[in-house]
Amino acid sequence: MNPRQFLNPWVLFGAGVLLVAGVVHNDYYLTLINFIGIFTLLVVGLNLLMGYGGQISLGHAAFFALGAYTSGILTATYGLDPWLALLAGLVVCGLTAFLIGVPALKLRGYYLAMATLGFGIIVYIFLNEAQDWTGGPSGLVGIPNLSLGGFELNTPKRLYLLIWPVLGIILGLSANLVNSRTGRALRALHDGEAAAQSLGVNTARVKMMIFVWSALYASLAGSLYAHTLNFIAPSSFTFMFSIKLVTMVVLGGMASIWGSLLGAAVLTVLPELLTVFHDYEVIIFGAILMVVMIFLPRGLVRGILDLWEFRRYKKEGGIIG
Amino acid sequence: MELAPILQYLISGLTNGAIYALIALGFVIIYHATTIINFAQGEMVMLGALSAISIYHFHPSLPLAFLGGVVLVTLIGILFERLALRPVKDPNHITLIIITVGGAVFIRGIAMLIWGKEAYSLPSFSGDAPFHLGPATLLPQNLWVLGLTGVVLLALEAFFRLTLVGKAMRACAYNPRAARLVGISQGRMVQLSFALSAALGAGAGILIAPLTLGVYDMGTMLGLKGFCAAILGGLGSSFGGVLGGLILGVAESLATGLISSGYRDAVAFFILLLVLFLRPQGLIRGGS
Repeated sequence: MNPRQFLNPWVLFGAGVLLVAGVVHNDYYLTLINFIGIFTLLVVGLNLLMGYGGQISLGHAAFFALGAYTSGILTATYGLDPWLALLAGLVVCGLTAFLIGVPALKLRGYYLAMATLGFGIIVYIFLNEAQDWTGGPSGLVGIPNLSLGGFELNTPKRLYLLIWPVLGIILGLSANLVNSRTGRALRALHDGEAAAQSLGVNTARVKMMIFVWSALYASLAGSLYAHTLNFIAPSSFTFMFSIKLVTMVVLGGMASIWGSLLGAAVLTVLPELLTVFHDYEVIIFGAILMVVMIFLPRGLVRGILDLWEFRRYKKEGGIIG
Repeated sequence: MELAPILQYLISGLTNGAIYALIALGFVIIYHATTIINFAQGEMVMLGALSAISIYHFHPSLPLAFLGGVVLVTLIGILFERLALRPVKDPNHITLIIITVGGAVFIRGIAMLIWGKEAYSLPSFSGDAPFHLGPATLLPQNLWVLGLTGVVLLALEAFFRLTLVGKAMRACAYNPRAARLVGISQGRMVQLSFALSAALGAGAGILIAPLTLGVYDMGTMLGLKGFCAAILGGLGSSFGGVLGGLILGVAESLATGLISSGYRDAVAFFILLLVLFLRPQGLIRGGS
């Protein structure tokens, strides 16, 4: 095996997951790491949509909520098996995304942004108002733990051993999707819809697929979230949370799968580390969104790498192609 | 069903609808000049209300507060275009959405720093003694909102139809290239469109402040509803935007009264989704 292969991100990811499992025993850190995993699921989906589909969802918190509440209500109120509830959540989210996508994706430009934004707010209002189902503003309690092969996933460590391998699979799936025929169609779509169409890409179908796909990721993340916390409330699924997800995508870089992990990690850890960050969260998100999109539209990491390479080229007197 | 409550809902619906109409016009004007949807439009409404309230506390004169608020927010609108949108090198729609959403969130955060989370009140423009209109009551502020909105709409229409600058703006929206050929600076027109819509937003915020109080987070919902109104009207036409605003206001108010007040804010978005489903070109086909 040549040394470059050790630097393969997948090998690094696997090694990192194992390392954390072996080294970190503090419940607080593990819980934080679990949340990073769950948010990365959400961000990867949104990133596929934004980076490859060229569309934006301003209501992704709503799909997250649908997954979480379907799982929560079916298990806590109706005593259904959590895994079946998770599947039910996927079905609900997939169908909903399809229904929203049908009219919104036929039209170009802003329509998906608007439709998802409206949808996000309706779902949030519904969570607060439909108290008989959702428990209203005070939330839904008593959501049971997941179990796997007779083990109840009732500690952060056990949840970690579920969430991160699942995340690994999802990341692998996403990378696969991006490099597949569909992925190439997506990239063609992003670069120019008319050109993609003329080459025989069914743009409407591809866009729909990616949108439903991203909603399914969000639903999965929501179900995991509900079973991790055992409690959910509408305040986790606000418009601001949707914006936070977009900020994570933008920070990590659009069309970057590993960037999604980075974006989710940074914006989950920073508020925990710095109370200042927590207080000024909204301003900071706004500033990140504007500054990155104006000056480094390829994302913070890629942008900084680009700048660095540019400087190196200049120093060496090379020609920039 | 009794007539009195319906009439009452109609009055409050039209009042809110007029505010939505003003905000919708802001969206339409910027959309015309740039095909940008400015998600920060709602924050201009909030800034208008809160800065007018602050000016009023400093020097209790309503005309001064109104004028001061509008001028200040107009400058902020121009600044926003200048600093956040003009430098964008690759203006595809997803970049622009993210920037204006970021701008909205940023402005809202700053407002929270300046004014805190409490709500402030502005006195009504001419007292609070209600009129009786048949079985319903009408506040003087309702009349101010409706009347001033009407005046502003007429003035805008005159501006776009009769003045040279207004005609230049329309030319730019209709065919930017041809407009440039006859010597119209598109950059200036874009700046003007941001100034105009910021002013409209600020005006809307100051008009509604005596009825609803001013809070740092009022802009988001108002902006989104103005936006729904603009979509309802087809996003291309001013008349459509105004009509959309009024329909939305009345629908919301009737739904609040007849169904449940908890779902009040959902009405606008329900209508939005319905329009996207059934008639995405809006109730009135958009045109320049």
